[in-house]
Amino acid sequence: MSTTHKEVLYGLYNDEVELLNAVKQANADHLDIMDVFSPFPVHGLDPLLGLEESRLHIAGFIYGAMGTLTAFLFMSWVFTRDWPIIFGGKPYWSVPAFVPITFELTVLFASIGMVVTFYTICGLSPTRANPTLDDRITDDKFCIAFDTNDSSEADKEKLRSFFSTSGAAEVNTKMV
Amino acid sequence: MSVVVSHIREPLVNGGKTYHQITEDLCSPTEKTPSAAWVIAFLFAVTGLATYAFCVFWTVWKGIGSWNLNRTVGWGWDITNFVWWVGIGHAGTLISAVLLLFRQRWRTGVNRAAEAMTIFAVICAGQFPLIHMGRLWLGFFIFPYPNTRGPLWVNFNSPLLWDVFAISTYFTVSLLFWYTGLVPDFASVRDRAKGIRRKIYHALSFGWTGSAKHWQRWESLSLVLAGLATPLVLSVHTIVSFDFATSVIPGWHTTIFPPYFVAGAIFSGFAMVQTLLVMTRKVLKLEDYITIGHIESMNKVILLTGTIVGVAYLTELFIAWYSGYIYEQFAFANRVLGPYWWSYVGMMSCNVLSPQLFWSKKLRRNIFVTFFMSIFVNIGMWFERFVIIATTLARDYLPSSWSYYTPTWVEIGLFIGSLGLFFTLYLIFVRVAPVVAIAEIKSILKAAGDQYSGEQAKQSAATADQSHH
Repeated sequence: MSTTHKEVLYGLYNDEVELLNAVKQANADHLDIMDVFSPFPVHGLDPLLGLEESRLHIAGFIYGAMGTLTAFLFMSWVFTRDWPIIFGGKPYWSVPAFVPITFELTVLFASIGMVVTFYTICGLSPTRANPTLDDRITDDKFCIAFDTNDSSEADKEKLRSFFSTSGAAEVNTKMV
Repeated sequence: MSVVVSHIREPLVNGGKTYHQITEDLCSPTEKTPSAAWVIAFLFAVTGLATYAFCVFWTVWKGIGSWNLNRTVGWGWDITNFVWWVGIGHAGTLISAVLLLFRQRWRTGVNRAAEAMTIFAVICAGQFPLIHMGRLWLGFFIFPYPNTRGPLWVNFNSPLLWDVFAISTYFTVSLLFWYTGLVPDFASVRDRAKGIRRKIYHALSFGWTGSAKHWQRWESLSLVLAGLATPLVLSVHTIVSFDFATSVIPGWHTTIFPPYFVAGAIFSGFAMVQTLLVMTRKVLKLEDYITIGHIESMNKVILLTGTIVGVAYLTELFIAWYSGYIYEQFAFANRVLGPYWWSYVGMMSCNVLSPQLFWSKKLRRNIFVTFFMSIFVNIGMWFERFVIIATTLARDYLPSSWSYYTPTWVEIGLFIGSLGLFFTLYLIFVRVAPVVAIAEIKSILKAAGDQYSGEQAKQSAATADQSHH
C-alpha cells in the first residue's frame, strides 16, 4: 500500500474458510478486490485472487549462480595468475579444494540476494510507514479490502451488500 | 465449516485454542514485567558474561601464555569449546529447514526457539577461533581482502579457511531465515502495543501488513531458504570435521569424521534445545504449544543420533585394529586406556549408554528424565571433542615430546563465561520476541489442534454425533 491517501472499504471475517468462500463470491459478482490480508498464509487463496506463482526462486537461482562463479573464478585467478603457491605438491589449480568455499558462497549469495529482493519487492523496510487497516488482522481477523476512492455510492452499496451476504463480521471504511 | 478430524495423530496444540488465544498466549510474555525466575536467571547469566569478558581481557592482555597449551598440545579447551558450540548450533536449522522439507508439523512448536539458540550458539562458537589466535585485533587477517602485502591472499586450500566461510555463511543464513520468520510475529506484537513500543515493533516488523501477495512470497522464500539451509547445515560440521580429518595425525585422519561429526552435532543440538525448552515452556507457561509430544519427538532424534554416534565410536576402534597400522592402533588404545581414559568413559557413558533409556516410551515422555538426559548429552558431547582433540595431541609420534594438558582458570573461565554469553542472549530473546512462531501455529491449528486431532477430538465428535441422532 502506498502512503497516498485513498479510501478503502474493508470487511473482516472470523475464519479462513469464510474468507475463501467470500473471495469466491466476490469473483462470481465480478468485484475488483484490492487486497486480502490475513494473520497467516491461507492456502488456496492465490489462484482465487489470480496471483501468479512467485518468481523469487528464479532470482535465488541467479544469485546462487553468481556466488558459484564469484568464488570459483576468484580462487582460480588467485592461485593460477595472481599469486601461485604450491601447497603440499598439489597442482596450482587444485579444483577439489575449491569445492567447500564455492558451495558456501553459492548458498550465501542466494540467501542474501533472495532476502533483499523479498523485502524490496514487498516494499517492506524498518523506516516505512505502512499503514495497516486493522490491528486485528495480525491477530484473528481475515480481511478483504476494496479501493473505493473513485467509487460511486451505488458501487459502495453493492460492496456493503456483498459483505453482509458473505458473512463479514465487520465492515469499515478507512483512509490510508 | 468442514475440517478433517484425525483421531490417530497426537495433537500439537492443546487447550482448544482459538486464533486470538494463540496471539494472547504467545505475545504476552513479551508484554509482562519479567518474572522473578527470569530476573534470577538473568543475573546468573550476566555474571557469566562478565566472567567471560574478564577472561578474554586477561587472555589478550597476558597473551596465550595464560593458557596451559604447550608445544605438544596446541589445541585444548579453546577448540573443544568451539566445536562443542558449533555442534549445538546445528539443531535450529535442522528443525526449521530439514523438518520443513519433510513436512513435519511438530517443528512449528519449537523452531523459533531452536533457531534462536542456533544463532546464539554460533555466536559463542565464533569467539573461540578468534581468541585462540592470541592477537584478537588481527582477526580480520582470515578474510581475503586486498592488502599491501602483494596482495597476499589467504590459503583457500586450507580447511581452517573453509571453516571461516562455512561458519560465517551459516551464521548469516540462519539469521536471515530466523528473522524473516519473525517479521509477521513482530507485526502481531506491534498491533497490540502502544506508544514507543509500537514504534519499535513497527521497525522490527518492517511494516508487515499480511497482504496475500506478501504471504505468498514469504512462503516461497521460506521454502527456498530451507532448501538452501539443508545442505548448508550438513556442510558446516562436515567442514569442521575436515579441520581434523585432512591432517595426518593418527586418530584424526579418518574418513568417518564428516558423517560422525554431523550426527554428533544434531545429537548435541537437540539436547541443548531440550534443556532450554523444558525450562522455557514451564516458565512462560507454554505447555499447550510445546507439548510432551514435541519433547518425545526430539527425544527420538536424540536416541537415533546418539546411537549413530555410538556406532561411529565402535567403527573407529574396529578400523584402527583392522587397519594393522600401529600408530592408528596406538592412538585409539591411548584414547580408551591412556592418561585421559576418564574423558573417554565420560563420553561413552553420556553419549552412547544413557540415551538408550529412550527406547522406553515412558521415559521419553518424562520431563525430568528428558532434562537430566539433555544435560548428560551436553556433557558427553563436550567430552567427545576433548577426547578427539587433547588425547590425540598429547601422545604424538615422539614419546620424548609427550605431554599432559590441564586447563588454567582462564580457560575454564572462558568456557563457563561463554555459557553466560549464550544464556544472556537467550534470556533477552524470550523477553523481546515470541518464543513460538505465532503465524505458523495458527496455520497448523486446524490440522493439529486438539479440537481437530487426537483422543479428545474423537470424544467430542462422538458426543456431537450422538446429540445429532
